Order: sequence, then C-alpha cells, then structure tokens
Amino acid sequence: MTTAAATVGAALSVRGLVKRFGDHEVLSGIDLDVPAGAVTCLVGPSGSGKSTLLRCMAFLEEASAGTVLVGGEPLGFVDTPEGRRRLPAARIRAVRSGIGMVFQQFNLWPHMTALGNVAAALRVVRRLERAEAEARAMAQLRTVGLEGRAGHYPSQLSGGQQQRVAIARALALEPRLMLFDEPTSSLDPELTGEVLNVMRRLAADGMTMVVVSHEIGFAASVGQQVAFLDGGRILLRGTPQEVFRKPRHPRLDQFLDTYLDRGAAMLV
Amino acid sequence: MNPALFRLLVEATGYTVALSAVSIVAGLAVGLAVATAMLSRRRALSMPARAFVSFFRGVPLLVQLLLIYNLLPSVGIDLPGIVAAAIGLTLCTAAYQAETLRGGFAGVPRGLVEAADMVGLTPVQLFWRIRVPIAVKLTLPSLVSEAIMILKASSLVSVVGVVELTRMAQDLAASTYRPLPIYATAGALYIAVDWGIAGLGHALERRSRWGRA
Ligand SMILES: Nc1ncnc2c1ncn2[C@@H]1O[C@H](COP(=O)(O)OP(=O)(O)OP(=O)(O)O)[C@@H](O)[C@H]1O
Ligand SMILES: [Mg+2]
Repeated sequence: MTTAAATVGAALSVRGLVKRFGDHEVLSGIDLDVPAGAVTCLVGPSGSGKSTLLRCMAFLEEASAGTVLVGGEPLGFVDTPEGRRRLPAARIRAVRSGIGMVFQQFNLWPHMTALGNVAAALRVVRRLERAEAEARAMAQLRTVGLEGRAGHYPSQLSGGQQQRVAIARALALEPRLMLFDEPTSSLDPELTGEVLNVMRRLAADGMTMVVVSHEIGFAASVGQQVAFLDGGRILLRGTPQEVFRKPRHPRLDQFLDTYLDRGAAMLV
Repeated sequence: MNPALFRLLVEATGYTVALSAVSIVAGLAVGLAVATAMLSRRRALSMPARAFVSFFRGVPLLVQLLLIYNLLPSVGIDLPGIVAAAIGLTLCTAAYQAETLRGGFAGVPRGLVEAADMVGLTPVQLFWRIRVPIAVKLTLPSLVSEAIMILKASSLVSVVGVVELTRMAQDLAASTYRPLPIYATAGALYIAVDWGIAGLGHALERRSRWGRA
C-alpha cells in the first residue's frame, strides 16, 4: 500500500486509516492533516465515523490499519518492514501527552472537586507540589470563568460548567492539540453558548483543534478546515467556503437538510 | 448482672471487634486484589481468582476454620488459634468482598477511565485514584452489610479455641447456670457493635457523597 507522506508542519496526520469493528468497516482509508494553529471540523451524518476517527487520533481506539502521527511521532503503532508493531505503553503516553481530549459526556471524576479534576494530572503525572498544581489549576479554571466554582463537585455544576471544567482539565497539561467530540451535544440549548465561547477564545489564541460537531454554524465560522465524512470516508474537505459553497455535493445537501429539519423540528 | 460477669463479656466483645475489624480490613485488601485478578484478561490470573471466590463462598466458614487450624500445623506451620481465626475470616470475607467489588469495578463508567488515560495516568495510578474510589463508593452499602455479617460469623471461631463474645457467654452460662441474662447481654453487645458499624458506614457514605444532596 502506498500512502502519501505526512505533511510537514501538520500537528497531526492520519494516513490510510482503516477501522473495523468485527466485519463492520467503519473507516475506510482516511487521509487527513490537521494544520497547526487552526481549527479542523469534522461533520457528517450519524454513524459516518466521526467519533471513531477522533478516538483513533487519540488512540482511544486502535486502528485496524494506517497510521496516526502526532507532531511527526507515530501514536500507538509504528510501521516496520516486518509489519505493524505496537509501541510500548510509556511511549504511547508520551506522544499522547501532546493531546487534550474533551468528551460529549464531560467525564469529570465525580469524587474530585472542579479544582481536583483539573489539578489531578498535574500532581500525579507531572508530580507538582500540591500548592503549585492547585495554583495552575485555579488559573486554568479562571480562563474558563469558573474560579468561583473550584470547590464544587461535578454533581453540583450545570452541564455547561462541567464541560468548561473538562476543557480546563485538558488545557492544564498544556497540550499542543485539543480534540472535541460533540462537546455541546448533551447540553441544554441555553448552555451550549458558554462552551462554544470558550472554544472560540481558544481558537483565537491559536490552539490547534479538531472538533466533531453538529453545530454547523460553529464549523462554518470558526473552522479553517472542514471535512465531511460519509460512510467512513472523507467525501469533501476544504475551507468552510469551499465545502459549503453551492452547488453542493448531493450527500452534503441531504445531510444539511436533515440537520436543518432537526433544528426546525425543535422549534415547533 | 454481676459486674464481674459483665466485665468479662465486654472484654470478650473486644476480641470479637478486634478480630472482625482486622479481618474486614485485610479482607478488603485481599478482595481488591482478587477482584482485579478476576477482571484480568489473563486467564492465569482470572481462573485462580474465580476458584478462590467459589471455594471461600461455597464452603462453610466452620469447615474453612477447621481446615486452616488443622492443615497448617500438618505442614509444619504452628499457628495460635487467634491467627488461624483471623486468616479464616479474612479469606472468607475477601471472597465476598471480591465478588461485590468486581461489580463495582464493572460499574465505573468507561468514559471516566478514558479521561484518566488521556491525561496520562498509568494503569496503576488509574486503579488507585479513579477505579478504587468509585468502585468502593458504588459498593459501600454492600461492604457495610458484609462487615456486619463477618461480625456475626466471628462467633464461629470458638472452634479453634478463641474465646470471643459467644464462647465467653457459653462458658459463663455453663458455670453460673444463669444462661438467660448472659445470652441476652451478649445479644445486646452484638447489637451495640452493629450500630457502631452502621454509624461508621453512614459517616463514610456522607463523606463520599461528593456533593450530591
Ligand atoms: N465500539 C464499537 N463497536 C462496534 N461498532 C461500533 C463501535 N463504535 C462505533 N461503532 C459503529 O461505527 C459506526 C460509526 O460510529 P461513530 O460513533 O464513529 O459515528 P459518528 O459519526 O460519531 O456518529 P454520531 O453523529 O451519531 O456520533 C457506527 O455504525 C457505529 O455503530
Ligand atoms: Mg459521534
């Protein structure tokens, strides 16, 4: 199999990525570069493989074939003349330390306060003193506007606040790249704005981001690159203008119609 | 009741409590190890763990105690009765706690583990800082009732010569010919300790409520 060389300067490159669950091929040869300092949005119908692709980028899911390079370093597997070799766990942790991940379900640890959630890895992984870790965690909470909620447990926070804590938790480790899987999908509509605002600010600060989202408006206004997935392939890729410009690809039109119908249905 | 008799019963309660407490705490440690082994993908770990649990849950504690007390000396290990009793109770409760904790570990949401993975926790750090607190919290009510079960089961250790509360009550009943007040007092002492355990359990639950009202 020939694969294109990874683009120099890409924060993350995916080459020839295939993912099967049993007999079910979910990703069928994905090539994608995530340019540094830009926002890449993944859109597409439900089941098209957006989450799976994002999870492969973080090695939360092991690709069946293909490679993921983070800052030029292979994540998870390395191709050798003898075939694919799994990298040691410590190596995987090292490469992955450049990546922050934000989940649809927030996934805050319920037994730690907001501050504890943000400080945990600083203490345990970075081995900072408690005072130092908490000072940094507090600074991070401030950037998401939640320094006043530091002592609250996740169960005492709204969904939007929980997601902002989750973003702070990922940012505390100073990743070079942030991955978001539908960060606002489990939020009440009035709470999505506060999370999207935090993400907009991050983007404006030059953070490299990959965002899976049904917020087409966000993708069109904040994304520098949009990839439209359909049936496990990238059907369209380019700037938002290029991808959303008319005349549109019929599959994209169909997707946007469904999306708009769904939006309209919520207003009725 | 004669204050001297009452003193003897209270002292024996001390044995009962100490023996139960040691067994429950040691049993939690062993139970955590066994639960982890049971969940391991390596059969060399999960099979023995499963065998351990079925043995110690399936064989009556009385038989286990007699086995340990008689078996170990026959292979050259001479154990005082109290140590044999503690080992027997520990292994028995470990098997029950392991089964409970296994359910607790299975109940830890996968996303919480993935989040910990993403911030770079090693599997060992993840185990102690994420899985254990959440699994223990999920199973706390069962662990508290298990503690009460063990307290009551400790009455069986008299077969290996340990004079705990039940055995002391038997001895006193036989020597004074006044079984009724003595057994009634023993029952009351058990209940007092039960309440203590329940109170401790409530305190732990309050502490691990994590902000939930
Ligand atoms: N762990 C899994 N085991 C088996 N099949 C899976 C697994 N995870 C995902 N799939 C399947 O892979 C396909 C793609 O799923 P994926 O979650 O990546 O889609 P998606 O684009 O994120 O959809 P959505 O918009 O609904 O989140 C689906 O058909 C899904 O059923
Ligand atoms: Mg998804």
